[in-house]
Amino acid sequence: MSAASGNATPTRYPRHPAPSLGQSVRLVATREIVARLRSKAFLISTGILLLVSIGSVVAGGIASQNQTLPKVAVVGSAAAQIVRQAGTLTAVEADDVAAAESLVRAGTVTAAIVPAESQAGYPLPVRVIALSGTPLEVVGVLSLRPEVTLLEPSKQGEGLVYLVAIGFGLVFFMSAITFGSTIAQSVVEEKQTRVVEILMTTIPVRALLAGKVVGNSVMAFGQIVAIGLLVSIGMAVTGQHVLLGDIGPALVWFAVFFAFGFVMLASLFAATASMVSRQEDVGSATSPVLVLVMIPYFLVILFNDNPTVLAIMSYIPFSAPVGMPMRIFLGTAAWWEPLLSLAILLASTALVILIGSRIYANSLLRMGARVTFREALQG
Amino acid sequence: MLSIEHVDKRFGTRQVLTDVSFDIADGRLTGFVGANGAGKTTAMRIILGVLSSDSGVVRLDGVPLTADDRRRFGYMPEERGLYPKMKIGEQLVYLARLHGLPPASARRNTAELLERLGLGERSGDLVESLSLGNQQRAQIAAALVHDPEFLVLDEPFSGLDPLAVEVVMGVLGSYAARGVPVLFSSHQLDIVERLCDDLVIIAGGEIRANGPRDELRERHSSPRFEIRTGDDVGWVRTVPGIDVLEVNGGFAVFEAQTDAASQHVLRLALERGPVSAFSQQRPSLATIFKEVVQ
Repeated sequence: MSAASGNATPTRYPRHPAPSLGQSVRLVATREIVARLRSKAFLISTGILLLVSIGSVVAGGIASQNQTLPKVAVVGSAAAQIVRQAGTLTAVEADDVAAAESLVRAGTVTAAIVPAESQAGYPLPVRVIALSGTPLEVVGVLSLRPEVTLLEPSKQGEGLVYLVAIGFGLVFFMSAITFGSTIAQSVVEEKQTRVVEILMTTIPVRALLAGKVVGNSVMAFGQIVAIGLLVSIGMAVTGQHVLLGDIGPALVWFAVFFAFGFVMLASLFAATASMVSRQEDVGSATSPVLVLVMIPYFLVILFNDNPTVLAIMSYIPFSAPVGMPMRIFLGTAAWWEPLLSLAILLASTALVILIGSRIYANSLLRMGARVTFREALQG
Repeated sequence: MLSIEHVDKRFGTRQVLTDVSFDIADGRLTGFVGANGAGKTTAMRIILGVLSSDSGVVRLDGVPLTADDRRRFGYMPEERGLYPKMKIGEQLVYLARLHGLPPASARRNTAELLERLGLGERSGDLVESLSLGNQQRAQIAAALVHDPEFLVLDEPFSGLDPLAVEVVMGVLGSYAARGVPVLFSSHQLDIVERLCDDLVIIAGGEIRANGPRDELRERHSSPRFEIRTGDDVGWVRTVPGIDVLEVNGGFAVFEAQTDAASQHVLRLALERGPVSAFSQQRPSLATIFKEVVQ
């Protein structure tokens, strides 16, 4: 019938041995990664994210180097001497009180320090003139300061804590959303284009799911590591060594927690996305997972100074990738706490993968209307 | 040989397949024919293991099919689909590798198949940039790229232009010639009639007829004959055991009560002069299909 005819009976042993589960997973994961690397949208958004993180480090470095002391106008030698002794104010000489007042009105200086009109009731021979409110940074310098004993001294400055909280929260949030929706879209693409039926007859469904999760997790983790490296290098270059030493251990833990936390989220994204058949429905299907991602982001921004909330966050699997590194940074976590939290995270990741792959396998061939959770779980 | 044995399947309260049994023999093209919703796709999905049956079993040479066996199948689902934003060549290599082919064989098979299906030039094009007909060819390539040892194709000819139909018929034939069992469904009964060796007719989830094509034809043949001679054949009316349906000069259509009666007519005609045609009317597949399904 054709030139291709050969032996008349087919060989009943496989001509090509079936690939192992690991090989299948690797093939699927590689395809996911290559598809992502070829997507312009992905390259552009990654570029922006990297630029923003390096930019914020550089901006922080510049700001810390050019910190300017508040300027005050001084009139008379007593005022000039006080300002010189304080060392945290920059003196601007003014000829008389009227000239000093006009400097204050013009906004050239924060306040003016002029000779007091009468000594009565005040220990200092000077008077402070300001525009509309008491200038605390100036008055603070002039005030008498009693000895202060801190019972629980904060390890990190408040502003820095806030910045680090936003940093962890934002990076986790952005990466989880970016790669979570990528994996969701990739699941629905296969379902919508029906290529999934060929894939299902070729490799086990769990290999397909695992390959997608692994591929996207590798990309997300790679992005996190790239950001971490850029930030570290940026800090070293801009001379913020002290900060790097403080934040280093927290960064490492963040990477570890993120790796496992993302696998869990990716499985959830894949499972929920598999329940719909069209790209238009991905958003509504995956919105419960998005909420799970957003909650830790808002919690860490609102409650980064609340030890109780942070402690709870650091043990809940969804918020642990943000909560635990935060506590490590603040120095409020005992050495065993990240390990315990990691164990909880690993156990929940395993559970989520089990349930997720069941939903995924049961939903893949159901086209059309959205699959309900009950159908997806029962099969 | 692939044997489907007593397969039942219901979706909710709807019985889709009832006690479905048939064989797909090595080296034979088995046509799977049925109306929309008759259960063809469900049966094929059960053979491929995409769906599980409620009862019954699919055996390969007497042994229940395993997932590893199924990996050696070539399957073309009714719902077509490939990655739209992937190059066609890369996509075929990917699928071949998922089936376990080493990279070099995967690339070689892809190049050969695309050439054979007339897509050699398009290997580097994205699937979404292909015309529908070419996407269909790519889909067939996807089912064949891993040197399958069994072929199950759901409507492989739908959406193909006549030229492509010929190409695909040739390809399927060459697989069967190699000893591969081939099962394909089609609405185009004329194609099935030309191509298939065996036939399975399904209606309402039940197998209505099943066997070698020629045997089925034989079975559904009516005792109806045609004869064409040089002279008027009006005399046929007088032959005992013969009911004449139509006479038109030298041409007549008649039904014979026995084989002997029809042979008697032929002998009488030859005595009177030359006979240019004498044949039993064979029913077309379409006729058999209608008869069986009703």
